[in-house]
Amino acid sequence: MKMSAIEPRTDYLNAGYSVRSWLLTQDHKRIALLYLLAITCMFFIGGAAAVLFRLDLMTPDADLVQSETYNKLFTMHGVIMVFFFLIPSIPAVLGNFLLPLMIGARDLAFPKLNLLSWYVFIAGGAFTIWAIVHGGVDTGWTFYTPYTSTYSNTHVMSTALGVFIVGFSSILTALNFLVTIHTMRAPGLTWFRLPLFVWTMYATSLVIMLGTPVLSIVIFLVALERGLGFGIFDPALGGDPLLFQHLFWFYSHPAVYIMVLPAMGVISELVTCFARKRVFGYHFIVLASLGIAVLGFLVWGHHMFVSGQSVYAGMVFSILSFLVAVPSAIKVFNWTATLYGGQIGYETPMLYALGFVGLFTIGGLTGLFLATTAVDVHVHDTYFVVAHFHYIMVGGAVMAYLGGIHYWWPKITGRMYPEWWARLSALMIFVGFNLTFFPQFILGYLGMPRRYHVYPEEFQMLNVLSSAGASILGVGYLLPMAYFTWSLWYSPLAGDNPWGATGLEWQTTSPPPTENFPVIPTVVTEPYDYETNSDQTITVRRQGEFAHE
Amino acid sequence: MPSQFRFFPEQASTFASRIDLLYFVLLAITVVMSVLIFVMILFFMIRYRRGSKVIRGPQVGSNLRLELLWSIIPLVIMMGIFAWGADIYFDRSYPPAAALDVYVVGKQWMWKLQHPQGKREINELHVPRGYPVRLTMISQDVIHSFYVPAFRMKQDVLPGRYTTTWFEATKTGEFHLFCAEYCGTDHSRMKGRVIVMEPAEYQAWLQSSTGTFASRGEQVFNDFRCGSCHSPEAGNRAPLLTGAFGRPVALVGGQTITFDENYARESILHPQAKIVAGFGETAMPTFEGQLDEEQILALIDYLKSLSGQAASPSAAPSAGSSAP
Repeated sequence: MKMSAIEPRTDYLNAGYSVRSWLLTQDHKRIALLYLLAITCMFFIGGAAAVLFRLDLMTPDADLVQSETYNKLFTMHGVIMVFFFLIPSIPAVLGNFLLPLMIGARDLAFPKLNLLSWYVFIAGGAFTIWAIVHGGVDTGWTFYTPYTSTYSNTHVMSTALGVFIVGFSSILTALNFLVTIHTMRAPGLTWFRLPLFVWTMYATSLVIMLGTPVLSIVIFLVALERGLGFGIFDPALGGDPLLFQHLFWFYSHPAVYIMVLPAMGVISELVTCFARKRVFGYHFIVLASLGIAVLGFLVWGHHMFVSGQSVYAGMVFSILSFLVAVPSAIKVFNWTATLYGGQIGYETPMLYALGFVGLFTIGGLTGLFLATTAVDVHVHDTYFVVAHFHYIMVGGAVMAYLGGIHYWWPKITGRMYPEWWARLSALMIFVGFNLTFFPQFILGYLGMPRRYHVYPEEFQMLNVLSSAGASILGVGYLLPMAYFTWSLWYSPLAGDNPWGATGLEWQTTSPPPTENFPVIPTVVTEPYDYETNSDQTITVRRQGEFAHE
Repeated sequence: MPSQFRFFPEQASTFASRIDLLYFVLLAITVVMSVLIFVMILFFMIRYRRGSKVIRGPQVGSNLRLELLWSIIPLVIMMGIFAWGADIYFDRSYPPAAALDVYVVGKQWMWKLQHPQGKREINELHVPRGYPVRLTMISQDVIHSFYVPAFRMKQDVLPGRYTTTWFEATKTGEFHLFCAEYCGTDHSRMKGRVIVMEPAEYQAWLQSSTGTFASRGEQVFNDFRCGSCHSPEAGNRAPLLTGAFGRPVALVGGQTITFDENYARESILHPQAKIVAGFGETAMPTFEGQLDEEQILALIDYLKSLSGQAASPSAAPSAGSSAP
């Protein structure tokens, strides 16, 4: 680990500098970086929309923008954040980069397909951005019919086409992951020696493969109705509007697990590393991931308790929704138990991991309110739901994504990030997040419906609090942009394994060579064997490279 | 309609207190579980911080009893919550037979409300305290949702078929009525108020009606010459409608269904969809495109009155009736 290397090594970053060597690369690590750039752009576009509507919501009246614009802003925020940021975030960036490294492979099974899926993503994104630039779309990210198929006068078709196309990008990546995990594990890397992150990539890929085609079909059907007047969802044409909701949520509820399962995988890696502990209940966590993937497909009707679906269907979906909460609870308990008896360090990735556990716990428990039919009748389509799913998707998925980016940044770039700034931004994000979304639980139970541009004035105080929180959150998100960029040139070199972690990805150099491993490693132990490796400590700390400590 | 800041919504229906009790139990579970987890995490964070001198002992990989414990206990609690919620949900989904009727038509971006006694309202609904009120609702265009937070009551309003829900107000006053399902540009302006009155006041308010809703329906029935087939004088050309509403109907093909609002609507707009047994030979023309949603509702209310089911003025609460 002495950083006294004399001659420059060839790694995946300096293997070529031409534009062509990036845009036509088949290296999973470079493709991961292409995704990182693309989804970061998308994140800030989606975030900008949120900034605007949170500003507008500081007063009960429509003062900053008109209602048409307001509706387009929240639609843009939802469409971009869900389809172009959250769903690809951890799988396409961290999964792409890490999966082959974690299983001791030289690349994914289909490198060209991997590159293709990035271009498909860009094509989908292009249609959606085109729609936004040319006036936007006002249907909400849920595209409910017949509003979307018949009534909206905005750019529904190009947005829908963008979402339709980007689905294929997910499907191709998922296919690639499944085949890779099945066929390319290093010698000795049995299924139950796989890192939990790989298991969650596996479960997520299954959900993507089985769910996304249904989304493609339902978008196609909406296009048929809107473009050619086929009567599918609009009763005026002989269709059934609830059919749309069933098909849409059959994908879009599992999509929540597409976002949160990878996050859980990241957290399992971070908690073990920074507690210097073997994970508690490895097999139960694996089973919980697979359980979530399967049960996640059977709960879509809990979005429809007041939609007019039958009372008994409502009850069946309610009971199944409670069941899916059990594996999530198992994971939280196991992470907590993993901390017991550890040597817990508080570098930034661990702050994100602990933040995740806290926010995910609140997000999960408030999900029980929504699974309870009678309570959902009151809070459905209110800010209570908005708060709940942001606790899961932002408090959960985004926290884990950022924690993961910090944790693997030394591997990805070969350099550390500035620890003091990173801790500050993690703290700002945690505080800003809670200030933004906790008041929304209260607003929701008070009865403020979601997607409301103007609202009764008694809701103003809580909305102002929420907007104030959002400003802190926004700065918290901008900080990493700045210090990550800065770190590429000015941060100290990280060394191969700055955290003293056990995964295979840490056994190669940082940044890894194009072929990942000069010699394919042989695996002889379970994952997270921090007991045997207890002499490995966090080297950057020992080297005193944190200027601000 | 209170406009001052508050942390908790008013309780103004029989369901409000039932749902709130369950809500508070869920809240208690949430607080207990979160505190339990957070305290444990904080305790471990401090006790087992890197470099602390505490004895760690060997690392334990797993513990089956612990795993089963923290799977089964939450599961049992959740099944209890499920059953409790389902019980209330079931009650809320089936209006009591004696409920007062109100017909609701939603459209971009207003609520039209019709009392059988004849009163029509826009974005305002007057109801008596202490009586169950059943809403039969339909949309003229996209999906809307009828939401009164103080009643803890919400039901989507669909185009193409009726949905129903009900409430019983327990408190006089004015309460927010919101559209809760995104319906386009002025979604957030599709709101109004529910005004709960003492039964006597309500009765007085109703008195200013001119003609019942059923009589409007009878007018439509005559204007469209429905009676030229649906009457004893026409022979056996069409099923007779007197006394038919709310009773079972045998269909061509052997199926039996209940003659309810949705069946009536379907038979007016798509007469060939479900034909009454014995009338397979005669073809009724469709009235799709000729009747608007309010006319169809008026016809249905007229059919109810022919079966003694419509809330005629006498069925409305009178000053001396036994309000709880």
